[in-house]
Amino acid sequence: MALKLMKGNDALAEAAVRAGCRFFGGYPITPQSEILEYLSKRMPEVGGHFVQSESELAGISMVHGAAAAGFRTMTSSSGPGFSLLQEGISYIASAELPAVIINVQRYGSGLGDIFQAQGDYFQAVKGGGHGDYRMIVYAPASIQENVDFTTLAFDKADEYRNPVLVLSDASIASMMEPVDLPEMHEHDPNKNPEAARGKGDGPFKRITSTMYYIEDFDTYVKKKYDTMAANEERWESIQVEDAELVLVAYGITSRICKEAVMLAREKGIKLGLIRPITLWPFPAKAFKALPDTVASFMTVELSPMPMIQEDVLLSLDARKPVHNFLAGMNIPEPIDIVEKAADCIKQTAKGACNG
Amino acid sequence: MSKKDNTKSVLTLHPERCKGCRYCIPTCPKDAISISDRINQKGYKPVAVDMETCIGCGSCYTICPDYVFEIKEVQ
Amino acid sequence: MVERLIPTALVEDNKFCPGCGHGIINRILAEVLDEMKLTDKAIGSMAVGCACLMVDTFGVDWIQSPHGRAAALATGIKRCRPENPVFTYQGDGDSMSIGFSETMYAALRNENITAILVNNGIFGMTGGQMAPTSLPGQKTVTSPMGRNTDLTGQPLNIINQMKDLNIGYLARGSVTSIKNINRVKKYIRNAFETQMSGGGYSMVEILSPCPTNWKMMPDKSLEHIDNTVTTYYPLGEFVKKGGDSNE
Ligand SMILES: Cc1ncc(C[n+]2csc(CCOP(=O)(O)OP(=O)(O)O)c2C)c(N)n1
Ligand code: SF4
Ligand code: SF4
Ligand code: SF4
Ligand SMILES: [Mg+2]
Repeated sequence: MALKLMKGNDALAEAAVRAGCRFFGGYPITPQSEILEYLSKRMPEVGGHFVQSESELAGISMVHGAAAAGFRTMTSSSGPGFSLLQEGISYIASAELPAVIINVQRYGSGLGDIFQAQGDYFQAVKGGGHGDYRMIVYAPASIQENVDFTTLAFDKADEYRNPVLVLSDASIASMMEPVDLPEMHEHDPNKNPEAARGKGDGPFKRITSTMYYIEDFDTYVKKKYDTMAANEERWESIQVEDAELVLVAYGITSRICKEAVMLAREKGIKLGLIRPITLWPFPAKAFKALPDTVASFMTVELSPMPMIQEDVLLSLDARKPVHNFLAGMNIPEPIDIVEKAADCIKQTAKGACNG
Repeated sequence: MSKKDNTKSVLTLHPERCKGCRYCIPTCPKDAISISDRINQKGYKPVAVDMETCIGCGSCYTICPDYVFEIKEVQ
Repeated sequence: MVERLIPTALVEDNKFCPGCGHGIINRILAEVLDEMKLTDKAIGSMAVGCACLMVDTFGVDWIQSPHGRAAALATGIKRCRPENPVFTYQGDGDSMSIGFSETMYAALRNENITAILVNNGIFGMTGGQMAPTSLPGQKTVTSPMGRNTDLTGQPLNIINQMKDLNIGYLARGSVTSIKNINRVKKYIRNAFETQMSGGGYSMVEILSPCPTNWKMMPDKSLEHIDNTVTTYYPLGEFVKKGGDSNE
């Protein structure tokens, strides 16, 4: 298979097309606009539909309609636009429809700024929209993973009849790397008999919150998300077997952390790395299976306030210290991570706690 | 109402659906509709129709928000 | 005289209040769908409001929209399934307040859908708050002294917003009399005919009584529409690309 050099956003958009996505509705916002631009050209080529919506509220609702009609469908946004998607995501989850959502993270609350960040973590993994739902959240760390997890996101959305989020960021969006693209896949919108296509001779369909029609919905919905949580954890562990301190980082920062682990090992500092691939469900299992050598952890986050740290503490039942390296606006240097980690190892040895 | 083909428009009433809004009463050209004294399942006093006076014109069908009237053609 | 049988889409008694205009509108919409043989193919995008009460009683495929987004949902459905008749059923609050943007943009894009907008001048479902369509001086639970247009703006005439757009069909009717009901049925039919012939966006606004929240007897509600509401919202066909009105 020939590799193709592609930009992150373009590769992601092409992966969606090849997964059989035939409807996209979305609104421009940097750093995700290239997804729209790519699909505005590409969708008509494959008989699909592209609508530049009047807002993200409308875009996600168009996606909601297309999903109800049985089509594979996607929207993408960033920061402020991701906030506007929450209404529709909650409705789509509530109606148990499949859809893929992309958030190319940018920095800050409010208008913020267009450079890379990881500050939407809580909004992405803890709900974001109203009510009782969860979404599988994939965190790609390369252009190839943009492709692979977007492809997987469509399959998982269908499998669980639930929206799935791919949480990219400004740097992955704009990097160029060689990718192996999958074959073109056609999705049959009539495969699901529940798709809205007119009632025909059968009973009419009511595509609305499934809570209205499912008995003991509380149990049902909990079981749905418990099953997802139990089966969908994904992560990568690097050199944790003998590590003293394990770094925890996802997406773009995990790549820097890989370099930091190598650099540390050269210096004789025993660092490891757990890279969550799914942010929800958070890979708690990765933390249960660690050797006794691991005395503490350090999250590396592209935000001014810790977020992923909370989930690490939960996964550990708060039994070990979890430090953090808060890079904020600045992409950290591996050496800075190593130095802070070495410091944390000393602190932990002295019995100091979370720093 | 007798017609050439000998069919007749006959009113069928579903008084259990009536919510007593009274839209039909002034609409009836024959003053054939009245409110009865009993209370239906929905808790309203439903309409009654004097079938002798009714000409099956269908005005009540058109105005009623609750599908109380139907007009059927019978031989 | 023709038979007047309950149309097939009305599968259960409706759940609206006594004298609610939604009941009449539901029936004429169902009649049009039956007469055009569209009941089996239709897909409805259902607003949040008293429209929600139709979900079990009106037997076509439904998708429940978020409040205000019915036209955006309908856009997604129609683009994917262009063969199916796709319509929205919305209140005035849904379509003209929270969903004004979605409503207008569906028209601006000339989406080939049919919008049924039920204007009762109030937020019915939530207990009678002021709507963009409430009349000057109208007392509602959020305008207890009467709507003050200095503070809240003038009533929104959605037809005026749309009538110069490149769309297929635009009409406003009411359900206050046999004549008006028959006319509005014709409008709804024209709207669906526009859609089925690929004629672009069609919208019918229907002035409708909400006796409960107007705190009026049903018969007075109909008189109020005829005597007052129609002076703000004139009836008629405003855009008809498909040819002359054959009323
Ligand atoms: C986002 C959101 N905001 C508010 C509501 C509450 N709400 C439900 S229906 C409605 C207004 C309905 O009024 P209208 O659209 O005129 O319909 P009617 O009931 O009068 O037919 C409101 C404000 C909601 N469901 N969702
Ligand atoms: S119009 Fe219908 S609901 Fe109203 S009083 Fe007459 S029969 Fe009853
Ligand atoms: S069919 Fe005509 S005459 Fe008979 S009750 Fe109805 S309105 Fe009156
Ligand atoms: S509240 Fe008003 S609009 Fe809603 S069902 Fe009752 S009368 Fe109709
Ligand atoms: Mg209203």
